[in-house]
Amino acid sequence: MTLAATHPPSAPAILPSSGGMRGALADLFWRRPRFLLVLMLAPPLLWLGIVYIGSLIALLMQSFFSIDEFSGLIDRHVTLKTYGDLFQAANLDIIIRTVVMAALVTLASVAVAFPIAYYAARYARGRWKALFYLAVMLPLWSSYLVKVYAWKLILAKEGILTWLLARLHLGWLLDGWLALPYVGGSSLSVSATGTFIAFVYVWLPFMILPVQAALERVPNNLVEASSDLGASPGQTFRTVLFPLALPGIVAGSIFTFSLTLGDYIIPQIIGTSRLFIGMAVYAQQGTAGNIPLAAAFTVVPIVIMGFYLWGAKRMGAFDAL
Amino acid sequence: MQSFLKSCTALTIALVFAGQAVAQEALKELGKGEGALNIVAWPGYVERGETDKAYDWVTDFEKETGCKVTVKTAATSDEMVSLMNEGGFDLVTASGDASLRLVAGKRVQPINLDLIPSWKTVDERLQNAPWYTVDGVHYGVPYQWGPNVLMYNTDTFKEAPKSWNVVFEEQTLPDGKSNKGRVQAYDGPIYIADAANYLMAHKPELGIKDPYELNEDQYKAALELLRGQRKLVGRYWHDAAIQVDDFQNEGVVASSSWPFQVNTLVAAKQPIASTIPEEGATGWADTTMMEADAAHPNCAYMWIEHSLKPKVQGDLAAWFGSVPVVPAACKGDELLTDEGCKTNGFENFDKIKFWKTPTSKCATQGDQCVPYYRWVSDYIGVIGGR
Repeated sequence: MTLAATHPPSAPAILPSSGGMRGALADLFWRRPRFLLVLMLAPPLLWLGIVYIGSLIALLMQSFFSIDEFSGLIDRHVTLKTYGDLFQAANLDIIIRTVVMAALVTLASVAVAFPIAYYAARYARGRWKALFYLAVMLPLWSSYLVKVYAWKLILAKEGILTWLLARLHLGWLLDGWLALPYVGGSSLSVSATGTFIAFVYVWLPFMILPVQAALERVPNNLVEASSDLGASPGQTFRTVLFPLALPGIVAGSIFTFSLTLGDYIIPQIIGTSRLFIGMAVYAQQGTAGNIPLAAAFTVVPIVIMGFYLWGAKRMGAFDAL
Repeated sequence: MQSFLKSCTALTIALVFAGQAVAQEALKELGKGEGALNIVAWPGYVERGETDKAYDWVTDFEKETGCKVTVKTAATSDEMVSLMNEGGFDLVTASGDASLRLVAGKRVQPINLDLIPSWKTVDERLQNAPWYTVDGVHYGVPYQWGPNVLMYNTDTFKEAPKSWNVVFEEQTLPDGKSNKGRVQAYDGPIYIADAANYLMAHKPELGIKDPYELNEDQYKAALELLRGQRKLVGRYWHDAAIQVDDFQNEGVVASSSWPFQVNTLVAAKQPIASTIPEEGATGWADTTMMEADAAHPNCAYMWIEHSLKPKVQGDLAAWFGSVPVVPAACKGDELLTDEGCKTNGFENFDKIKFWKTPTSKCATQGDQCVPYYRWVSDYIGVIGGR
């Protein structure tokens, strides 16, 4: 197609047809560039439209059906009854529990990730930087299940953490914490605290990387100017560094928040057996055969994440992705 | 968009109707094998020596009959039912909470027992069991069964606990410490039946006749018992491996369990044993059932016959921790050993109330029973502390 441009100037203005099937196709694409565009975009668009969005829509449609109370069969008439069921106390508990956990995990991830990302973005150079990337990514290379089971063993009643605390004569601290309502249990691995720790560990890399990317884009001279003008380190952090890193933090929080919202494996292995949204979906569609309620449950994180992303966009989070 | 929605609806409806196969007669005589066989089974139920060479009951069958076996494993009874509704399989190893649903949905066909010479070797206690025999017609052949035993730590309990109350009611265990945080319960709604079974013995005034058939009051009492149990239970179990780990590292000393976990822990030299307390126990019994329009009926019959061989039954029981449906398998099987059947619960058949799906239609309470889907939502509430 670029033949005319690269040939010596003696070439004719209109080239003869190159002949054959290939030639005809090439000519067609050249004459109608839009056709080529459509042809190239069609497979991914079909994938997105049918396989991805289509299956989501099929699922969402299910949430407007209801389950017949007597036979347990699905009643295929459009109704909002299933959504009403979401507001039953037990189901509302599940939603609140999941959202609170997701929020706490996100806040803790920010608190842990920020200093690490700050160090990596500002101080680590050369080999240390490579080591940093390796250290952050390494946990992602091993299977998620392996990590969770490892944490189950660490947190177990007869696990290393309890042993360590007992050795340090801090067993009373652990016992005191475990005696508290909501966060406690008979051991860390059967408490909400354990679930929380495992969540923070597993999702941490997803917070560190965007925060680091955002911090690297904060010009050093702004920080220097701030201290030159007499700001204390704390003030510099509050008024310069943190606002400029905020898009990165919000971008990271999208990952930690949505991943916690949807996860159903960690709370199944570590925790009190109280259900999270993902587990409720699994139980309702699998054991109960109540697909409408399972579908309605899946709508909850979609709605929550919709609002979350809308807020995140306003804070400029997508500039840092 | 609207036409897309319409075609979705049309597709759904078409699928629903396609599922309504017509009931048919059982096969009259066996022909040659079709060269293939598709089975839906529980994980570990159809082994071809891939995990452990000693446990293989497929390779020989394939050599003898030329039927190439393909297995699709399913993790829950509901998954089995939905796989069978999709079609394309020949056999399924359905538990009691799935088998009657399959019969009612006409997804399985009657079995001609004359074509299965080994039928007469099947345990007589199972030959007409209600979870696969409807109006005298057999819709399958038993495969394995097992009890939900009470597993306990022998360091804590010098003698086997006599009652399920060690997991249901707060008390001081023989080692002087409370059972709070040291017992577990099964993380499935069907566990409500275990509570009902306990109440059947201890609160006769409720009039529970069958733990799977509960009227509103009986059901409430069972939930009340389970709410009390929630305070004792740290974690509910549903993954066998996690329960094994909890008995080793979490200080759990008593729980309802399967012989599989008991055997695993005993093999690991842990101080663990199991018992069936005086109230009896719940249990499961699986049936090999044949799809209504199975593509390979001859191979399917050959497999059913093969599945009843004492060697297959014994090996499978050793592998899965279950009980053979052919008593002859209890003697002389190398893998199971002569003790195996007793360990896995062979003698406790009468004490066991086998799993079945609770429906609102029930004989013992005048069709006023609480259906299964409510068991599910209420059990979620119980675990959530409601």
